[in-house]
Amino acid sequence: MPALPPSVPLTWYLILSAILFTLGIAGFLFRRNIITVFMSIELMLNAVNLSFITFSYKLKQVDGHIFSFFVMVVAAAEAAVGLAIILTVFKNRQTLEIDELSSLKN
Amino acid sequence: MIFAAIAVVCGISLVLQTHPIASALSLIGVMGALAALYLLLGGEFIAAAQLVVYAGAIMVLFVFVIMLLNAGKETKGRRSWATYAGAPLLLLFLGLIALAITYHLPASENVVFGGFTGGTALQIGRALFTTYLLPFEVTSILILIAILGAIVLARKEID
Repeated sequence: MPALPPSVPLTWYLILSAILFTLGIAGFLFRRNIITVFMSIELMLNAVNLSFITFSYKLKQVDGHIFSFFVMVVAAAEAAVGLAIILTVFKNRQTLEIDELSSLKN
Repeated sequence: MIFAAIAVVCGISLVLQTHPIASALSLIGVMGALAALYLLLGGEFIAAAQLVVYAGAIMVLFVFVIMLLNAGKETKGRRSWATYAGAPLLLLFLGLIALAITYHLPASENVVFGGFTGGTALQIGRALFTTYLLPFEVTSILILIAILGAIVLARKEID
């Protein structure tokens, strides 16, 4: 195994962000449990946050940090409301499988 | 580098695990690794907020709901055509983004710890309460609405 470089280029952070975002999309599309789908959305938000912080480092500005702070706040609000919706759906339908929650289709 | 590997492994684990609790624990791993990366990029405040808000509060909420609903393993269902069409498309998407990042951005310098020290709580607070004062206040209203929404959605259990 070759020795790892002590520091990596900035683009590697962006590529890591892209990988994490793609994993989030994969989880969103392929998983069937509604809670796991929700966690995939959180993973995508985290990937975007990493991009913000990386560009903030590159441009030597604090604005990216502010933005990712706002993303965090919105994610918290979204998690609270979304999990309340999941609780209500489970109470009415007794299932967490997204394929069975298709009453909007017809 | 190490933290990036941890983040990717935990992310893959999140997508592949069939049990929601295992996925949640993987997501906590991703968030911890990302917090370390933020620290390397000079975002001290954001790293702390990531740990406290994401890995702490939000994931506790998730684990709480998983426990409350007693969610078990996912059942294996039939795979739709979207699964087979989606996987290559996702890889293509990732490849395109990596290509764009590699070739269309100017050559970037190596990241050194301490290369950017503007991410302290002092600087973030100053920017938050001067330049971004209006978005900050709007955010508080958003959180208020979210609290009201969650209460309204959960109220039926009380009656």
